[in-house]
Amino acid sequence: MRIACPICGERDRREFYVKGAALERPVEGAGLEAWHAHVNLRANPAGVIAELWYHEMGCGSWLTVTRNTATHEVLKVELASESGLGGAA
Amino acid sequence: MRFSGWRVLKEGLTGNKGWGPQWRDPEPKRDYDVVIIGGGGHGLATAYYLAAEHGITNVAVLEKGYLGGGNVGRNTTIVRANYYLPGNSEFYSHSLRLWEGLEQELNYNAMMSQRGILNLYHNDGQRDAAVRRGNSIINQGDDAELLNRDQVRALAPYLNFDNNRFPIMGALMQRRAGTARHDAVAWGFARGADMRGVDLIQNCEVTGIDVEAGKVTGVQTSRGVIRAKKVALAAAGRSGQVAAMAGLTLPIESHVLQAFVSEGVKPLIDQVITFAEGHLYISQSDKGGLVFGSYLDFYSSYAARGNLPMVEHTMENCVAMVPAVSKARLLRSWGGIMDMTPDGSPIIDHAPIDGLYLNCGWCYGGFKATPGSGNAYAHLIATDRPHGAAAWFKLDRFRSGYGLMDEEGTGAQHNLH
Repeated sequence: MRIACPICGERDRREFYVKGAALERPVEGAGLEAWHAHVNLRANPAGVIAELWYHEMGCGSWLTVTRNTATHEVLKVELASESGLGGAA
Repeated sequence: MRFSGWRVLKEGLTGNKGWGPQWRDPEPKRDYDVVIIGGGGHGLATAYYLAAEHGITNVAVLEKGYLGGGNVGRNTTIVRANYYLPGNSEFYSHSLRLWEGLEQELNYNAMMSQRGILNLYHNDGQRDAAVRRGNSIINQGDDAELLNRDQVRALAPYLNFDNNRFPIMGALMQRRAGTARHDAVAWGFARGADMRGVDLIQNCEVTGIDVEAGKVTGVQTSRGVIRAKKVALAAAGRSGQVAAMAGLTLPIESHVLQAFVSEGVKPLIDQVITFAEGHLYISQSDKGGLVFGSYLDFYSSYAARGNLPMVEHTMENCVAMVPAVSKARLLRSWGGIMDMTPDGSPIIDHAPIDGLYLNCGWCYGGFKATPGSGNAYAHLIATDRPHGAAAWFKLDRFRSGYGLMDEEGTGAQHNLH
């Protein structure tokens, strides 16, 4: 699996740390159920998923990687700061 | 048909013409008391114990592929009861006791081999942790021994005792641990369930779960509608998809875990041995192959195959612990889909829908749990009360934060186990 970092170019999977599903963060003051869903519950799709990856051994950027969990195909990579999603707590 | 040494001898002398199929291939009926979704180790064990211990035989096990074709057929076959935390400790203790009587109970050779496990330690901190874990195991009523370097050397002289970064100081040993023939466990439970009247239905994919007024009424399948009073999930890595059919979202991420087998070599490794640099575990099969594995690949996957970085990591660990293995050639590798929970511990519980039951979240530890899981799940389905040994395996613990079992102490959060 190789990931094309928008800043560094295509790199080996070994350079990256994977955080997990890229999710929309609950709004401030959201209740227990919203946080439980955000922290614990996962759609866990057998198919396309958006994930947060960290280019640990490269530029240090957080990336939103869109990937197919059934084939390992990487479909899209963008800077997490530009994807409009927040990370899991 | 009963198996015995006498029977094997007789069949051997008469051309092996007397063996028949081990289970029927029935058409699904329209109606069952219990439908189990998933014909793997846990589903088949559940069916067996429902019939054998609770007298519930109007049961179907629905399997989309063939029996035992999932994780029970693709693991590293280790059986042990050396968990540390309350909740896990009593459950795996219960499961190991079931393993010890399993072959006689099923009249099936599961090749249960209590060859012992050695969890190596390499520094003072790991030794302290091994002592604490050992005491916890002994308090639970199971066996644990702390071995020093010389005692380990007597058992496994080929280990790299003077590895620069991870010299072997000793090991925590559990002699009752060992390995079992993974497929045979599934087949033994399948045969035992079938003999008691359970319908094992293969090539039958569940495509929907019918819920009316908050109560389960049956399932939609590729072979028609099957009504059921109770529906029990045992779908391992696919739990998320099956639960979604009932509108549920589970605290589970599916990940890939790889395992490896070398070419057959002469008897070398007598026990199961783990290397505490990371997570390596190795044993030798009766055919001579070295069976080993280590960590998850750590990204969500349903591909049942992994990537090369984890292959490399595992080989490095293996050779660091047993340098002689560098001479062996790798024969094959494979990946299984692990249903990972945030705290690394499983779920055996009611679903929040009447008549629907959950058995999932076995992470990478499901094989050793097979009899215990089936036994406890059957108890829950039959009586609607949790089995004493599995009472902590609650779905709600992630929501409430109460009763989390984070065995590794890394935090009860996805991607940390």
